[in-house]
Amino acid sequence: MATKRITGSEAVILSLLEEGVDTIFGYPGGAIMPVYDALYDYDKKVTHILTRHEQGAVHAAEGYAKVTGKAGVCFATSGPGATNLITGIADAMIDSIPLVCITGQVASPLLGTDAFQESDVVGISMPITKWNYQVTNAEEIPEAIAKAFYIAQSGRPGPVLLDISKDAQFQELEFEYKKCTKIRSYIPEQPVDPFKIKEAAELIDQAKKPLLLFGQGIIIAQAEDELKAFIEKTGIPAAWTLLGLSALPTDHPLNVGMLGMHGNYGPNVKTNEADLIIAVGMRFDDRVTGKVSSYAKKAKVVHLEVDPAEIDKIIKTDVAVLGNAKKSLAMLINNVKDNKHDDWVAEFRECDKVEREKVINKDVHPEKEGLTMGEAVRIASEKTQHNAILVTDVGQQQMIASRYFKFTQSKSNVTSGGLGTMGYAIPAALGAQLGAKDRTVCCFVGDGGFQMTLQELGTIVQNKLPVKIILLNNNFLGMVRQWQQLFFEKRYSFTELQNPDFITIGKGFGMAGHKVTKREELSDGIQKMIDHDGPYLLEVVVEKEDNVFPMVPTGASVSDIILEVK
Amino acid sequence: MKQEFIITIYSENHIGLLNRITINFTRRKINIESLTVSASAIKGVSKFTIVVNETADRVRKVVGQLEKVVDVLKAFYHTNDEMVFQEIALYKVQTDTLYDSDQVERMVRKAGARILEITREYTVIEKTGHKEETQELFDELNQFGVLQFIRSGRVAITRDPIERLSEFLKERDNLLSQID
Repeated sequence: MATKRITGSEAVILSLLEEGVDTIFGYPGGAIMPVYDALYDYDKKVTHILTRHEQGAVHAAEGYAKVTGKAGVCFATSGPGATNLITGIADAMIDSIPLVCITGQVASPLLGTDAFQESDVVGISMPITKWNYQVTNAEEIPEAIAKAFYIAQSGRPGPVLLDISKDAQFQELEFEYKKCTKIRSYIPEQPVDPFKIKEAAELIDQAKKPLLLFGQGIIIAQAEDELKAFIEKTGIPAAWTLLGLSALPTDHPLNVGMLGMHGNYGPNVKTNEADLIIAVGMRFDDRVTGKVSSYAKKAKVVHLEVDPAEIDKIIKTDVAVLGNAKKSLAMLINNVKDNKHDDWVAEFRECDKVEREKVINKDVHPEKEGLTMGEAVRIASEKTQHNAILVTDVGQQQMIASRYFKFTQSKSNVTSGGLGTMGYAIPAALGAQLGAKDRTVCCFVGDGGFQMTLQELGTIVQNKLPVKIILLNNNFLGMVRQWQQLFFEKRYSFTELQNPDFITIGKGFGMAGHKVTKREELSDGIQKMIDHDGPYLLEVVVEKEDNVFPMVPTGASVSDIILEVK
Repeated sequence: MKQEFIITIYSENHIGLLNRITINFTRRKINIESLTVSASAIKGVSKFTIVVNETADRVRKVVGQLEKVVDVLKAFYHTNDEMVFQEIALYKVQTDTLYDSDQVERMVRKAGARILEITREYTVIEKTGHKEETQELFDELNQFGVLQFIRSGRVAITRDPIERLSEFLKERDNLLSQID
């Protein structure tokens, strides 16, 4: 095979092109300048998005990865550039998002000398990357990048980081690219064991009150069709985790809603009545289980999971089926009997009725004077025909939007689940928009989170990304305030904000927008935002002290979920 | 209930891997009582032997996490009963103490230790054994003053008649050949 002599930095770009990368998020600086110089010649083949902060770049890469299923790529320089990526890398690690982060490093003779902008980013990122590696020789670049993509995207995905010294970027090499397809110390997924499938099928066929819990594993494995076919064949009600949102249409008759602390009443309460829990591609997060010692005590547990370390980590399983969810569900479908559980499903619908009366109606069709987050979410979902991508920040607006936004297609939910990273939404939304150019992106953010990464409004405007930002402003760090009200005797310690004029800030960046304070302006306001050609900032001023319910208080059992404060 | 476990890890010999392994213990606030790393019988594969005092459940979980590390081939854990293990200790005493009485010599004989080096000034004694045994000899010798003392980490080998690593390697090769 013919090879040509190029620089290490050009090899970085060519390797990314070999991996099919079309978008890079990044921020240049001293130690990564050779790579940026090489990039200058490839601007027709790959889009580079200059964010306003490296944290913006990494969250944007996460948003891109979530909606495309491909690895998000970001560039940063050494030292502060690299350390600014850390929050996003940690976020991607806990939420299993494939990322390839490439950082510049000081020239290799300077390593360990406290050189200008030197930081031990390989050491710093070790606990929060699936794999990382320092390249100090240009010859290593193609192989390291091939390995990075393979590891990031296979098995349970995750972030990887390559730290490339400046001298390696300048050095020349004979470039030849070969994709990585296996690593001898790494088994990305186990083959599905047919005996385990038989055991699981037996439990499923015998169960009177089975409940399926599914998470992001369905989306990662692209097992949406298999999930749907499985529940339709068996008649088993299915509940999603926060990251499982959109893997099944919201209005599917067997979709019984969201699990967890602010999830729906039915799936939480019924978890403790079920005689069989079938968990697929989810990891029993503490926000899902509540008090573990009283979780699903009447149920046997079947766990379909790609990561062996998740088996029996939190909840003891009766049958563990290792492997890819698409393959295991497909095998399971062929081994289970046709069934119906109409009475059992009806019990969930009874719970829905209670929840609608006590919580949902007040949230999405309020009669009080002040605006609610719930009605803004409902209208935005309706006006986008439930086809939009939902991006949320962290806090009350995240929970409300996750509860009331509806989905008709998969890969439509972008949120920071495990890490709970405030400031995630605005950069993630711009990444999501780049990953799904033809879709509407509705980004919900609170007044707290907005001010953490609002500099990325500049990136959105510069790149003409038609992101629709709905700022739900209650002038509080609402979720913390809610906890202070419920568990700290209303001692509102540092949760009230003196906010800027957000619309003026948007205008300063060149972003259109307006502010809504009354109910009669809300629907038209949202319509105006959607109709606007380009990015838009809609500020909705909501009730200052509204709470998110239902709620499973920390340390309580899922069946002790509360619907209201008496 | 906490007890001593021996964790054995087979891994690639890569820079930084020691850190990647130990952070799994640090994160869970598990103290490493002893750690030994060296080349294994398989070329290019390093072997870690780590001793911790923990509950079986926590050890099982941390071993699960260790196996997720990309460069780790396989990790096992065993109780002390399931393994044959040794540590090595070196003691430096003044050579005069050997001339002054025969007590030191008797201690060395009794403990099954051996003398590695004798100079006019000092004598170096070596003993292998469990920690209690090397400690006992230290306490005895120290009546005459031990100038320097060092004890290694633990090395261990299973009592299992089957070599589990080679079984695992076969299984792994089979899995790898299935990856398209």
